[in-house]
Amino acid sequence: MIHDPAWIDSTLTAARPQAVSALLRYFRDMDTAEEAYQEACLRALRNWPRNGPPRDPVAWLILVGRNAALDRTRRQSRDVALPPDDVISDLNDAEAPLVDRLDESHYRDDVLRLLFICCHPELPATQQIALALRIVSGLSVPQIARAFLVSDAAMEQRITRAKARIAKADVPFETPDAVERNERLAAVGTMIYLLFNEGYTAGNEPARASLCDEAIRLARLLLRLFPVEPEIMGLTALMLLQQSRLPARFDHAGDAILLEDQDRSLWNRKLINEGLALLDKAMRHNQPGPYQVQAAIAATHARAASFAETDWAAIDALYAALERMQPSPVVTLNRAVAIAKLHGPEAGLGMIAPLEKALSSYFHYFGARGAFLLQLGRTAEARADFDRAISLAGTPAQAAHIRQHLDRLIQDAK
Amino acid sequence: MLYTLLCYNKEDVVWSWSKEEDDAVMNRLNVVHEKLVKEGKLGPALRLLPTTTATTLRAPDMVIDGPFAETKEQLLGFYVIDVADLDAALAVARELSAANPTSVYEIRPIALYVPEARENAPKDRVKAY
Repeated sequence: MIHDPAWIDSTLTAARPQAVSALLRYFRDMDTAEEAYQEACLRALRNWPRNGPPRDPVAWLILVGRNAALDRTRRQSRDVALPPDDVISDLNDAEAPLVDRLDESHYRDDVLRLLFICCHPELPATQQIALALRIVSGLSVPQIARAFLVSDAAMEQRITRAKARIAKADVPFETPDAVERNERLAAVGTMIYLLFNEGYTAGNEPARASLCDEAIRLARLLLRLFPVEPEIMGLTALMLLQQSRLPARFDHAGDAILLEDQDRSLWNRKLINEGLALLDKAMRHNQPGPYQVQAAIAATHARAASFAETDWAAIDALYAALERMQPSPVVTLNRAVAIAKLHGPEAGLGMIAPLEKALSSYFHYFGARGAFLLQLGRTAEARADFDRAISLAGTPAQAAHIRQHLDRLIQDAK
Repeated sequence: MLYTLLCYNKEDVVWSWSKEEDDAVMNRLNVVHEKLVKEGKLGPALRLLPTTTATTLRAPDMVIDGPFAETKEQLLGFYVIDVADLDAALAVARELSAANPTSVYEIRPIALYVPEARENAPKDRVKAY
């Protein structure tokens, strides 16, 4: 198995966040940490097929990376070289003292710091995400450029600038106290969800859709390091439940399929079960938060065997809870959809009428209002709203979504 | 003799597999599964969700998030139960814990369950030994 380059590749990918963040703590310089990790990976590719895999690849990569970087500075100062990494192995107990065993608590704050550095408030959201993908996930610049639909050169420049900015950020390396740790966790959670949404709204384009997988991977990592945080459980559950619908979200032509029309047998049960299990765990803590509530909404959809069997009363109650936690016209708009299912389109329309000013440039507002008007038989007004929604659509997938409503209107008119 | 084979691996690696990589491994395993089914050797098989979904009951009133992480105790047995949610699973674990107070119970949801495939699987196998 170890001779299989794919195995080495996925091991290096999985080890990267812990290894780079530990090297960053050691060298306190991002470029040195990244170069050290790069060097360690090259040596792993040479050594692992020959010597067998180390029992703890992360510890191996940290130690070899650290030695490689130190070696370079020693060579520059004509000092004595460190032992070659051929002899570094945690398989042999005699060499065990060589391996710097790192416990989970060490990794925990290291990885959190690395992620948090990417969340620098002066960086725009897209740069935070690009930086996290480059530094934490280890995606190449061309991979990230493809995901953001920009040229390699433009992305290179963006990441270089973002790096220059965080180099000055000066995030302290001391172990954070509980308050500081919670603040970092919240910022990192937001960034991970942004990353997920970047992929989710992109539709079915593989390069961008892979951002969802990456976000889930980071969330699972965070969850392993911080196992008792209900909002991290909620965030992970939310993303898993949304991602479970991926196989049903697009037709063969690549157009979006509405939730109500999706073939639920295509939903990924493994992801659903993982999401539901995490939500169960989160709710046991009795500390509700916005991610848990949104995950509970997604879970309500996941549990419904068909769209017609959706528990709209539960969804209404959950959006009402979300409105109290995070008052926003967008949340009210979503709640109105549930209200319309429960009490008819008139009720939904009444609920969103006061939101028009706040959401005058929001695609979903006109999409939802158009749908209510359509159900009330006010087709001319519905058509006007759908046209407006298309003009406000941020992605081809959004536009296609509304065009389906329009197509139905045209079909019904025939 | 009945045996259980417990499968260990690095979960951060396995759960980072792409669908294609995961399918490739499952397909290779399925070849073995089918052979074992033909030979009448395969009982129930299951794949667990990652340890992030685990909850551990150390005592009837002591619930901890995460998997059982100690190395002083050894795995001595397991149950598969069919219940609505984590609370119901915890209720079962509490009953077991009350009956056997020194044991710790890790509650881990199952990702994939392949039921008993032996056609004439003896119902009273335990008595046979």
